Amino acid sequence: MTTSAFFVSDEHRLFQDSVDKYLQQQYSFSQRLQHAAAPDGWSRKVWADFADLGLIGYWLPADYGGYGAPPLTMSSVMEALGKALVLEPILPTAILGAGCIELAGRPEQCAALLPSVAQGKLLLALAHAEEHARYDLNAVRCSAVREGAHWLLNGEKFMVLGAPAADRLIASARMDGGEMALFLVNPRAAGVRIVPYITQDGHQAGNVTFDGVRVDAPDRLDACADAAAVIEQVAERAVAALCAEAVGVMSRMLDLTVDYLGTRKQFGVKIGSFQVLQHRAVDMLVALDQARSMTLGALAALERGRPDERRRMVAAAKAQAGRSARFVGQSAIQLHGGIGVTMEYMVGHCFLRSSTIEVLFGDAEHHLARLASLGGLVGPALEGEPANV
Amino acid sequence: MDSLFSASELAFRDELRRFFRSAVPDGMRRKVRLGQNLSAQEMRDWHRILDAKGWAAPAWDAAWGGTGWNPMQIHMYREELHMAYAPTPFAINISLAGPLIIAFGSDEQKARFLPGIKNLDYWFAQGFSEPDAGSDLASLRTHAVQDGDSYVVTGQKAWTTLAQHANWMFTLVRTSSEGRKQDGLTFLLIDMSSPGVTVRPVISIDRDHHVNEVFLDNVRVPVANRVGEEGRAWSYTKYLLTQERVIGARAAMTKLKIAKIKEAAAKLMENGVPLSDRPWLQSRLAALEVELTALEITTIRVLAEMQSRAGDTFDPKSSMLKLKGSELYQRADELLVDVLGPLGLPYTPGFLQGEDDAEALVPEWARTAMQKYFLNRATTIYAGSAEVQHNILAKAILAL
Repeated sequence: MTTSAFFVSDEHRLFQDSVDKYLQQQYSFSQRLQHAAAPDGWSRKVWADFADLGLIGYWLPADYGGYGAPPLTMSSVMEALGKALVLEPILPTAILGAGCIELAGRPEQCAALLPSVAQGKLLLALAHAEEHARYDLNAVRCSAVREGAHWLLNGEKFMVLGAPAADRLIASARMDGGEMALFLVNPRAAGVRIVPYITQDGHQAGNVTFDGVRVDAPDRLDACADAAAVIEQVAERAVAALCAEAVGVMSRMLDLTVDYLGTRKQFGVKIGSFQVLQHRAVDMLVALDQARSMTLGALAALERGRPDERRRMVAAAKAQAGRSARFVGQSAIQLHGGIGVTMEYMVGHCFLRSSTIEVLFGDAEHHLARLASLGGLVGPALEGEPANV
Repeated sequence: MDSLFSASELAFRDELRRFFRSAVPDGMRRKVRLGQNLSAQEMRDWHRILDAKGWAAPAWDAAWGGTGWNPMQIHMYREELHMAYAPTPFAINISLAGPLIIAFGSDEQKARFLPGIKNLDYWFAQGFSEPDAGSDLASLRTHAVQDGDSYVVTGQKAWTTLAQHANWMFTLVRTSSEGRKQDGLTFLLIDMSSPGVTVRPVISIDRDHHVNEVFLDNVRVPVANRVGEEGRAWSYTKYLLTQERVIGARAAMTKLKIAKIKEAAAKLMENGVPLSDRPWLQSRLAALEVELTALEITTIRVLAEMQSRAGDTFDPKSSMLKLKGSELYQRADELLVDVLGPLGLPYTPGFLQGEDDAEALVPEWARTAMQKYFLNRATTIYAGSAEVQHNILAKAILAL
C-alpha cells in the first residue's frame, strides 16, 4: 500500500524542471524589474516563452491544445511562479478566462479560442467582480437584455485582472429572469470602456464599463446552463492557484530572511545567532508549511473530491494561506529591518504580492466564515454506543 | 480529507474503524469520552483485548508481536483508535520501553520483558528527567557504580508518569563523569520492588495524580539488566525521542476536543442566541479546524516521505508536528474553557477517578474541561519543550 496523495509523474517532474530552469535564467529580481517596465507592465517575450514551454495551456484540456495536467500539479508550478514574483497574466488568462470557456463554452467556442490561449496568442480577462460585491461571487448587477440576434450589456465591473491587455473579456451579467450568464466581449467593441491601473503589487487590472454593448447571440458561453456554478468552480481553481502562488512567495520570503540572518552582522555577530530571531524564523517556517499542506489538500479535493469537500478544503486553504502570508510577510519585513520597507530589495516586493493575494477572492476572515457556514472540517465524534459501519 | 487516500488505504481504515467501534467495552468508552482515568486493571484489560487481536504494539518488529504495517497504516491505527474513544495504549510501554529493548536489548531481555510490556503485566515507568535535568536531559546526576555483578544506583528521578502503578522502570543513569556529559550515560531496567526505591506522588494542577518523584537509595541492579552498552544510552535516547515526536501531532485527540466544543456550544446560549451561532466562536473554531487539517496533511506528507526513504526514519519535520500539534491541542482546550464559561468552574472531586457526581453540580460534559486545560499546559513542556523544538528546527532545517 502506498500513499498516492502527492504522487508526481515523471512527465510533470520534467515539465517542472524546465519551468524552474527558465525562471532561474530569465526571472531574477533585476530581470523582473525590466519586465515590469515594459509597456504592458510585463514581458511579451516571457509570455511567448511560457507558451513554448507549454505553461499557458498546462491545465487546459488536451482536446483544445492544452496538456490536461491535473490540479495537483498547480502546487509546484504556481509555487515556482510565486517564488519568482512572475507578473505575466497566467491567472487572468490561463485559469480564470480559459476556465470559464472550458466549463461554459460550447465545443466550437472551445475549439476556436482555447488553442490560441495555449499558444500565447489570445489574452483573456474575467469581468465578473463589481465594486459593491466585496467577496460575494453572486453579487452581479450587470444586465444582459436580449434584442433580436444580440444581447445588450450594461453595467460596471471592478478590478478586472488582466483587463488592460485582454484580447477578449468574459463578462458576467444577469438576464431578464435574474439568471447569470457569461458572454465573450471584444474589449474594442462600442460601449466598452476600460480604465487601466496597477494593483498595489504591480499587477495589471482595470475597471470595465459596459454601456449598451452589443454582443452577438452566439458569443454567449451557454453550454452550461448554470453560469453561477461555473463562476464558483473557476473561482475555486483560482483560489487554489493563488494559495500555491502564495506558498511560493512565502518560501521566497523565508529564504531571503534566512540568508539575511546568516550574513547581516550587528554587535559583532551574525544576527542569525540571536535566539529570538531564530525562533521567529522557525515560526515563519511552520506557518509556511501549514499553508503548503492546506493548499495540497485543496488541490487534491479539486482533483478528486466531492463538491462539498472541495468547497470546504478550498475555503480552508485560502484562510490558512491568508493567515500564513500575513505572518510570514510581516515577519520577513521585521527581520530584514529598514531594507525590508524599501522598493530596492526583493522582500518588499514579495510582501506587496503576498498582501494582495491575501485579499484576492476573499481574505482569511471571509473564508473562515464561509467554512463555518459549511459546517467546518471536523464532524461530530462517535456517539457513546458503538456504531455500525 | 478522504481524497488524500488511496482506495486500499480507505479500506484499511474501514477495517480499523470496524474493530475499534466494537472492541471497546462500554464502560471504558464512556470514561474516555468523559475524560476520566481508567484504573490500572482496566488498562490491563484493554491491552489484553488489543493483544488478542495482535494490535497492542503494531509498530514493533513483527518477530515480537508487531504488525508489519507501514508508517501510514500505523498512523491510521492511532487516529481510528482515538476517534472511537478507545483508551490510548500505555505509551511508555509501547512507544518507549518496548522499542528500547527491541532495538538495543539482549535476546534474554527481549524474551523476558517484551510479552509483558505488550500486555501490561510489566508496567514500566520512564526514569529520564531529574529535578535539575529537564530540557537539558544530559546533565542528569543519578549515578550507578558497578559492584560485582550489580550496579548500585543512587539519585532522584522526576515527572515519573504513573509510577504508582509501575513494577519496572527503564532508567537513565550516569556511569561515568568523564568526557562529554552525553557519553557517560547508561540504561538500566530497575525492579520497582527493589530495596531503596521510594515513590512519592506529585499532584498536578488538575488536582490529580499522574506524576511522581522516584528516589533511588543504593538500589542494587543486576548487570544483566543493563540495556545495550555502558555509555551509549544518549544515542539510544535520541532514537527513542524521535519516535515520540512522530506521535506528537495528536490530531485525532484535538479533533475530539473540537467535536466536544461544537456539542457544548450547541447546548449553550449567549445573549439569547445559541453559542454555536456567535461569530467569535465560529471564527476561532474554523481557524482551529483549518490549522488542524493542515497539520494532518503535513503528517501525511511526512509519513509519505518516510515511506519513500526506506531505512532512515528521522525527519526534522517531526519537530514541527510536535510543536504545532501541541499548540493546537492547547488551543482546543482553551476554546472549550471559553465556551463553558462559568460552567467550567465547579470542581467535582472524584469525577476523574470515575466516581459519579452525586450532587450533579454541572452537566458531565462540562466537568473535566478546565482540569484538562490546566494539566495540558504540560504538552508544550514535555518530550522536548516548544522552545527546544524551535532550536531543533532552526538548526536542522534553517541551518541557523
